[in-house]
Amino acid sequence: MSDLTDISVTEALVGLAGKKFSAVELAKAHIAAMESARALNAFITETPKLAMKQAIESDARRAAGRAGAMDGIPLGIKDLYCTKDVRTTAASHILGEFTPTYESTVTQKLFDAGCVMLGKTNLDEFAMGSSNITSYFGPAISPWSGKDPVKANRKLVPGGSSGGSSAAVAGRFAMAATGTDTGGSIRQPASFTGIVGMKPTYGRCSRWGIVAFASSLDQAGPMTRTVADAALMLRVMAGFDSKDSTSVDQAVPDFVTALGTSIKGMKIGIPREYRIDGISAEIDNLWQKGAAMLRDAGAEIVEISLPHTKYSLAVYYIIAPAEASSNLARYDGVRYGLRVPGENLINMYENTRAEGFGKEVRRRILIGTYVLSAGYYDAYYLKAQKVRRCIRNDFEEAFKKCDAILTPTAPSTAFAIGEKQDDPIQMYLNDVFTVPLNLVGLPGISVPVGLGSDGLPLGLQLIGRAFDEMTLFKAASALEKAANFNHKPPFMAGT
Amino acid sequence: MAYVQGQTGEWEMVIGLEVHAQVTSNAKLFSGAATEFGAAPNAQVSLVDAAFPGMLPVINGKCVEQAVRTGLGLQAEINLVSVFDRKNYFYADLPPGYQISQYKNPIVGKGEIVLDLADGTSRTIGITRLHLEQDAGKSMHDQSPNETYVDLNRAGVALMEIVSEPDMRSGEEAGAYLKKLRAIMRYLGTCDGNMEEGSMRCDVNLSMRRKGDTKLGTRCEIKNVNSIRFVQQAIEFESHRQVELLEGGNVVKQETRLWDTTKGETRAMRSKEEAHDYRYFPDPDLLPLKLDQKWVNDIKMTLPELPDQKKDRFIRDYGLKSYDAMVLVAERASADFFEAVAKGRDGKLAANWVTGEFFGALNKLGKTVNDSPVSAQALGELVDLISNQTISNRIAKDVFEAMLETGKGAAALVEEKGLRQVTDLGSIEKSIDEILTAHADKVAEYKSGKDKLFGFFVGQVMKTTGGKANPAVLNELLKKKLNS
Repeated sequence: MSDLTDISVTEALVGLAGKKFSAVELAKAHIAAMESARALNAFITETPKLAMKQAIESDARRAAGRAGAMDGIPLGIKDLYCTKDVRTTAASHILGEFTPTYESTVTQKLFDAGCVMLGKTNLDEFAMGSSNITSYFGPAISPWSGKDPVKANRKLVPGGSSGGSSAAVAGRFAMAATGTDTGGSIRQPASFTGIVGMKPTYGRCSRWGIVAFASSLDQAGPMTRTVADAALMLRVMAGFDSKDSTSVDQAVPDFVTALGTSIKGMKIGIPREYRIDGISAEIDNLWQKGAAMLRDAGAEIVEISLPHTKYSLAVYYIIAPAEASSNLARYDGVRYGLRVPGENLINMYENTRAEGFGKEVRRRILIGTYVLSAGYYDAYYLKAQKVRRCIRNDFEEAFKKCDAILTPTAPSTAFAIGEKQDDPIQMYLNDVFTVPLNLVGLPGISVPVGLGSDGLPLGLQLIGRAFDEMTLFKAASALEKAANFNHKPPFMAGT
Repeated sequence: MAYVQGQTGEWEMVIGLEVHAQVTSNAKLFSGAATEFGAAPNAQVSLVDAAFPGMLPVINGKCVEQAVRTGLGLQAEINLVSVFDRKNYFYADLPPGYQISQYKNPIVGKGEIVLDLADGTSRTIGITRLHLEQDAGKSMHDQSPNETYVDLNRAGVALMEIVSEPDMRSGEEAGAYLKKLRAIMRYLGTCDGNMEEGSMRCDVNLSMRRKGDTKLGTRCEIKNVNSIRFVQQAIEFESHRQVELLEGGNVVKQETRLWDTTKGETRAMRSKEEAHDYRYFPDPDLLPLKLDQKWVNDIKMTLPELPDQKKDRFIRDYGLKSYDAMVLVAERASADFFEAVAKGRDGKLAANWVTGEFFGALNKLGKTVNDSPVSAQALGELVDLISNQTISNRIAKDVFEAMLETGKGAAALVEEKGLRQVTDLGSIEKSIDEILTAHADKVAEYKSGKDKLFGFFVGQVMKTTGGKANPAVLNELLKKKLNS
């Protein structure tokens, strides 16, 4: 591992500005790290040539005094973002060698700010999963390994769906990465790998050019090793986009200015209902520890109630598959991607979609199709939307009493590849703390706070009001400072 | 009301129409791609239309405005909040696998259309709703023996689906409804109504019941009937088919049928059981469409005079008969043409000429008002010559023919051909005297009571004057002479 791969984005920008090193050197170090970390399968497509080209251009810009906000920073881009002239797979076989002729709004903003793309990171197929196991290109593997006897000898998941991104950032072979979060896909992998993952308010980042999973839930966000990096990167990613009707025309503040400011008097809500059955003592302890850290930093801890939270998973597993079943109808073998011929049109659809989609995606398409069907729509989809409204009301009430909410990010540390795989319900439970935010569109951030008894990272989640990421970053930065999480994974690229 | 005569009695048709009208706009409903008719296949397709990964729809404000304009023109409620839903089904010419439509909350609610029927009566037909939706692409099965080609130029083009109440009772009413709806949309500039180019398409819902019954029978839907004539033929065929079934003790199956233009019959496409489950749900890529009442009011201020208002005004201001006024307002171009001819002239005379000789000539030449060989100004000049008695109405017809052929002006033709009407009493009197002398026998017959011979004398005088004698003067003089 070189020094250049273990520094934060913020540090790297200082180094670049001070001519301590060049963007080309930074890119080379990361390309070498990426190549040495192939065993983790974090990248589906590596783009070292593009990275070098971008790095050279970055150095030229900096020399000309025109450096952007993240000029020269090497990133992993989740392979759900369409990238111009670079194959985009969504980790699915059905997209085949699909190579977009267009650049997603968010990656365009990152490139406009000077970012360098190392490659496209692995994910669960169409972002459907919490483990990165459902990828057509094989699972991404966490750079962490556990102390406990079961996990010690097994490969661990980096979380999902943004597992390639979390593995690369934690394993020091991407300085930061983009993720997308539909039910926890940024925050849960961040928690599993000891990094920071930020899901902004729905509508904060444009969805244009990001392969859709569930339109009303999907949101792009940064995955970084520090809260400051997340603040910096989100500012670049965010902003109104007239090409996305659900993006919101709100000014994007300089989130970095929130960092390190006092949280004295800030009210932090602790939802009593989040003490779900079976929550481990370890998680509970960490949660209380996190609350104590914030209290010590001057915040006031208040108990709040989110009574409908317990229905969140059920609601999510109706709404997300319903939208997905429709969003994924376009992968039909007609215009792009995989086509498996058939005797007639219906056969071609069947052959293409049976071969092109993996088991989990097929399962969700079936569930989604079912809940939207005549005779079931009212009982499932409509009811789920009503409960969603109740969950939203819960949060509105809660935010009358507090400024941010603290919860665990995930109910456990990372599990091993192969674990929980035969029981989808067990797998879905991973998202129990993260899913409610997607249902109501609120921003959330996972901050690494400690290690579990198995030696694996655990994060806590802070939830904010809509478009109040400033408060969230303020609290997150206080939590980060207090927790002083400086554990590093056993695997660090290049070592 | 026309009833269908069956073996066992009379049957009443109950007809409702669903019209798909292509919105006049230069871009599609949710993308910036062009909409012009006749472009090369797949030349007008954006990434959104072809449903590429990550593409998102953005509503075209112009299309919304057009839908609201149409709603206002149909005296309909405008819903300030409406919702776009996805109608899910797989087909090769439907790239996203769903059509964005409005299912439960359309942009326009209840309205009405007044039909003017040939017998001079009028009937009000209810409009149930109007909603915006996307068109699909076109599958072409005739380009290759074993493959289907797809043209996505039409995919995503904005359509207004306009649904009527089951208020029509005959093919004639259905035809009148389509013509009136088309006229209103053309007046508004919201749809060109061109059925041949597919910018207006019609599905017919038809059921039969015994005369006097109030309960509705089971209906069939006949899809995509693409001309007014075919709509009427399809209704004719389908009504008899259903009556035969019902009188034979059978039931009408609720199903979707197809109009076969070559065979002139309707054919079952799919039954109710085979109907798709479209799994409608609100499109999560789009927010509910919210309109501002003031914006709607502003659009209302810009509405042009519509056919019904224009018809009333023509009757009031020009003294036209209801039927003539109806014929003239049926197309905005005709109405405008008429007004240009009638301006500062005798409105009734102008109407007679426009609806009579002028329309007749267009019909014969296969031309429309817009590409007419005779301008409104030229026809006005001809009308002037009649009004100031330079020529008679009959001579005017010849002049009009000559105008069509030569493109010359009426006054010039009258001078050139020496057609100026003779109003000189002496010269007409001389001609009368000659005729009466030459036909002394007929004069005697006339005087003994054979009044009908008056016309004969008129004809003879006209013949000798080359038709140029002023008819009024001739009549008066002739009467005087014969009765003296």
